[in-house]
Amino acid sequence: MSDRTDLVYAYDGSFAGLMCCIFESYDQKENPNLIRPPGVQQSLFDTAKWIETDEHKADRVYNSIPLKISSQAQELVKLGFLTCNPRKELLIYHFLRLGFKHGSKVMTMLTNDAVCSLQKAVRHLTSESHKLTGFLRFSVYGEVLVAVIEPKNLVLPLLSAHFCDRFRNETFMIYDKTHSMALIYREQKAELMFVAELTLPEVEGSEIEYRRLWRQFYKTIAIEGRNNPRCRMTLMPKRYWGQMTEFNETDEQKSRGPDQWRVAETATETLPTSMVSLDSPFSYPTRK
Amino acid sequence: MRCLYIDIFDKLTILSDSAKYDVACTSSGVDRSGKKGSIGSAAKAGICHSFSADGRCISLLKVLMTNICVFDCKYCVNRVSNDTVRVAFTPLELAELTINFYRRNYIEGLFLSSGVIKSPNNTVEQMIKALELLRNDYHFGGYIHVKAIPGADSELITRLGLLADRMSINIELPSQESLKLLAPDKTKESILRPMGLISSKIQETSTDLVKYHHVPKFAPAGQSTQLIVGATSDTDHKILTLTEGLYKKFHLKRVFFSAYMPVAEHSLLPALDIKPPLMREHRLYQADWLLRFYGFEAKELLDEQNPNFNLQVDPKCNWALNHLEKFPLEINKAPYEMLLRVPGIGVTSALRILTARRSGPLDFAGLKKIGVVLKRAQYFITCKGKIMEGLKITSDGAIGVLMADQYKLPSHYPEQLSLFNEPLITREDVQQCLTGQI
Repeated sequence: MSDRTDLVYAYDGSFAGLMCCIFESYDQKENPNLIRPPGVQQSLFDTAKWIETDEHKADRVYNSIPLKISSQAQELVKLGFLTCNPRKELLIYHFLRLGFKHGSKVMTMLTNDAVCSLQKAVRHLTSESHKLTGFLRFSVYGEVLVAVIEPKNLVLPLLSAHFCDRFRNETFMIYDKTHSMALIYREQKAELMFVAELTLPEVEGSEIEYRRLWRQFYKTIAIEGRNNPRCRMTLMPKRYWGQMTEFNETDEQKSRGPDQWRVAETATETLPTSMVSLDSPFSYPTRK
Repeated sequence: MRCLYIDIFDKLTILSDSAKYDVACTSSGVDRSGKKGSIGSAAKAGICHSFSADGRCISLLKVLMTNICVFDCKYCVNRVSNDTVRVAFTPLELAELTINFYRRNYIEGLFLSSGVIKSPNNTVEQMIKALELLRNDYHFGGYIHVKAIPGADSELITRLGLLADRMSINIELPSQESLKLLAPDKTKESILRPMGLISSKIQETSTDLVKYHHVPKFAPAGQSTQLIVGATSDTDHKILTLTEGLYKKFHLKRVFFSAYMPVAEHSLLPALDIKPPLMREHRLYQADWLLRFYGFEAKELLDEQNPNFNLQVDPKCNWALNHLEKFPLEINKAPYEMLLRVPGIGVTSALRILTARRSGPLDFAGLKKIGVVLKRAQYFITCKGKIMEGLKITSDGAIGVLMADQYKLPSHYPEQLSLFNEPLITREDVQQCLTGQI
């Protein structure tokens, strides 16, 4: 194996691209010390080696994971790619190197740094996703439900199954402001796509009314004698509050919104037509 | 009764305000996926949708059907002798509110309780009407927790249970004497009889399910109850033994504890200005966890000689200190049941220890990585036969310090006080106080 210590791989930011980086490192017997997605600033001296994405190579690596390691390892790698860890590529790379060497045993090596960090990153992702299944708030625009979230990790693929199952007869959109992505569910089908910006029209009267009722319920249900703001903050960190109805008093004074149908149309108009299916392993959307 | 024009906003305010002393707000215990043509699903682990200013989880729309009540329980805000505005939701209002909150993902479902209008049977009929509307007309597949009303006919309780995911009856007062004193309209029998009925119905439908696939399920998420702590002189020992009995005899899913909040002035009740015993309640929850997940029995934690929890030390640590002969424990050999008994090791880290041990022996650095709280655990464990580096403590010393702590005696080993010289009631303890969910 090459012992260059400054080897950097650059790839297109897709999951398939990352799998190709793994392929390359085995093929060329190289050991990169950085795998860089697009948009990350280069350091002064790195001369990155560009790794071309090749679906065939990617498939070979991805399909070998359950055979050589385990299907749990494959799941971990898939989820690892959705985390916000700035070194996620390298964590996955080291985890897979270890896995191809030790086999399924790698999943029990909890004190190994690569395994430990990757699992920690994935726990951060899944716990954020679980929190959002509760903290996410929809607003009703005509027949369409729209929610805005600002997660640290890419949680939309995880939220998709939960909300599509729960609201299977609804039409809804969950907009991830952090990653400029949206999950759109209509006519029993879910799509994940990039949406650069989303402007929502004014809400209608009944929406304002239900928000008011919810805020009142939220205030009333607390027992004054047991006030415990610190406990609340631990269980529901402040970064979620911005998008939650109970902490947003601004529409209390607002006048009633204009026509209700515009929203549904705007929502569909602004969406690009390209579709990404949610089930295939390489579906994680990539920025071209 | 005062008569006013009341809109839905006021009704919600009044009926959630009088429902808030019910601590249970869990939406756990049942997994149900959505169905075509209906709205809603349920997740086994439950989902918290918000946390109120008191740090408690908000998962369900927790309201009373009505706060009209013919009973006169001294500790209750809705008692008939209390002069307050009385209102009631119509089944339609309740269904609309639930569906509209649910669609916006404010809630996981409905928690419906009620004051007793006219008679227990009449009340249950009203509740059935509301739930039938929700389930059958609105096709609501979300979570429903319903309160059974003591004294109602078993046929009605059965119908109610078939519409709900979880059913509960609050015992509130842990002994017959306390009931007689403070809740003259309720008897132990009137509470335990429906509890037994619910428990046998749950058993019945779950065995029928094995035979026939489409039997409607009776309260599939099980049964729970609530006990008030601190309104009467009942000891922790009594409360915990009762709790254990309820888990074993009635197969309850949860027993909730509620620190008594003075809501009414009465010669038989604690004065209005007393503080709710939150720490005591917290200790009871910790002990409840030990019963359900850690394999402890009530008699290991408390007995006639020590009928109340030590407020300074948590129940598990307290047990460990009283059983130092079982420690130190070798992490690489100890069985799961014993790992669970080490202070600083919980269910998650015990399971991780088992997993990690398969690929090689563990050391202290490794334990730290997998999430063991070494600050507590270090005194009770060894790794590969060695105690933690830099830790100088003999078991005699530890006993001395800890006994001194427990009985508030001056310590003979002042140099050892570092063992627990941080404030014993930690911030973490206070934060967890009575979220009930933890």
